[in-house]
Amino acid sequence: MSQTLQQTTTQATPNEALECPECAAALPIRPTLAGELVDCKGCSAELEVVSLQPLLVQLAPTIQEDWGE
Amino acid sequence: MVRIGMVYSRARVEEKMLLDSAHQQGIELVPVQDDQLILDLDPGALPYDAVLERSVSYTRSLYILRFCRAHGIPAINPYEVAATCGDKTETSLRLRQAGVPTPRTKVAFEPEAALTALDQLGYPAVIKPTLGSWARMVARVDTRREAEQILEHREQLPNPIQQVYYLQEYVEKTGADGLHRDLRAFVVGDQTIAAIWRNSPHWITNTARGAKASVCPVTPELNELCLKAAKAVGGGVLALDLMETPQGLTVHEINHTMEFRNSVAPTGVDIPGLILQHAVREAKQ
Repeated sequence: MSQTLQQTTTQATPNEALECPECAAALPIRPTLAGELVDCKGCSAELEVVSLQPLLVQLAPTIQEDWGE
Repeated sequence: MVRIGMVYSRARVEEKMLLDSAHQQGIELVPVQDDQLILDLDPGALPYDAVLERSVSYTRSLYILRFCRAHGIPAINPYEVAATCGDKTETSLRLRQAGVPTPRTKVAFEPEAALTALDQLGYPAVIKPTLGSWARMVARVDTRREAEQILEHREQLPNPIQQVYYLQEYVEKTGADGLHRDLRAFVVGDQTIAAIWRNSPHWITNTARGAKASVCPVTPELNELCLKAAKAVGGGVLALDLMETPQGLTVHEINHTMEFRNSVAPTGVDIPGLILQHAVREAKQ
C-alpha cells in the first residue's frame, strides 16, 4: 500500500464506526459492493469503498483521461 | 445456468441496475472489480461463460478484453468493438467505409496542419481528442484565433495522443425552442431498443453534462441507420450519438460501454434487462 493510500484511507471492523478520511465525520454506510461511491455528509468529499472485508474507504480518484463510456 | 462476469471499476447506478435486473431475471451475474483482477496467460482468471465489460477505464477494458479474446470467452463487447468505438478516428473511418452519414472529419498532428485542416472544414468547427469520453476537452471554435489558442494548450499536454487532432465540422443542432438537441439511440444485438433526445442550453448535449432526456420514437429510418452504424463497428451493445441535419440523420459517435441511467425512465425500456438477455445469448452454452 502506498504512502498516499495509507494517508487517505480509513478502515473499520464490523463493530466500529467508519470515519471519513478527510474530516473524520462518522460514515453510517453499509456498502454491498467494492467500488461504491458515497458522499461524506460532513465535508462533501466523494469517497470510494475500496474493500468490503475489511471495510475500507478512501477519497475517490479524480476522473482519469481514459475514463468514459 | 450460464455464469456471467461483470467486470467494473466503480459501482455506478448502471452496475447496480444490472445486478438488480440479473437478480430479478434469475441470471447469475458476478461483479468483479477491475482493481482486484489478476489476469493470467493461462485461462482461469475469468471463469465465466461470458464477460460483461463495464470498466470505466478504456485502457483497462482493452486489456481485459484481450484476455477474453485469447481465452475464448465471449465478451460484451468484444475487443475489436471496444478498440474501434473508443477511438473516434477509427469509428469515423468505419462509418464512412460503411456508407453511414457522418460529419466531415480530418485528423492532423501538428498545429499548423490542424489549422489548415480547419480552414478547409470551415468555421465553426469542433476540436476533439481522438480518445476520450463525456465530451472532455471537446472545443467548439468559431474562428482561427480561437483554434490557435486551443491547439497551443493541447500542445502542452504530456500525453502524445492529445496531439492527434481530430477535427470535425460543427453541425448546428439548435431547435425552434433555442435548445441544442441531439439523439442517443441504444442498439442491443439486431435491434434499436430505445432512443432519447438530449436537450441542452449548451451545445454539448451529454446527459453527463446536464442535458435533459426525452423519449424519441424509434422510427424505421432511425432503426435502419442505427443497425447499419452498429454493424460498421462490429455490433453488440452500443449507444449511438446522432444529429439531425437538413440532409437527414448523421452519426458522430458510438459508445461501447453505455451509460443508461437517464434513459430507462423516459423510454420505459428495460435497458439493463435487455443487455443481460443479450449477454446470455452470447454466452458459451
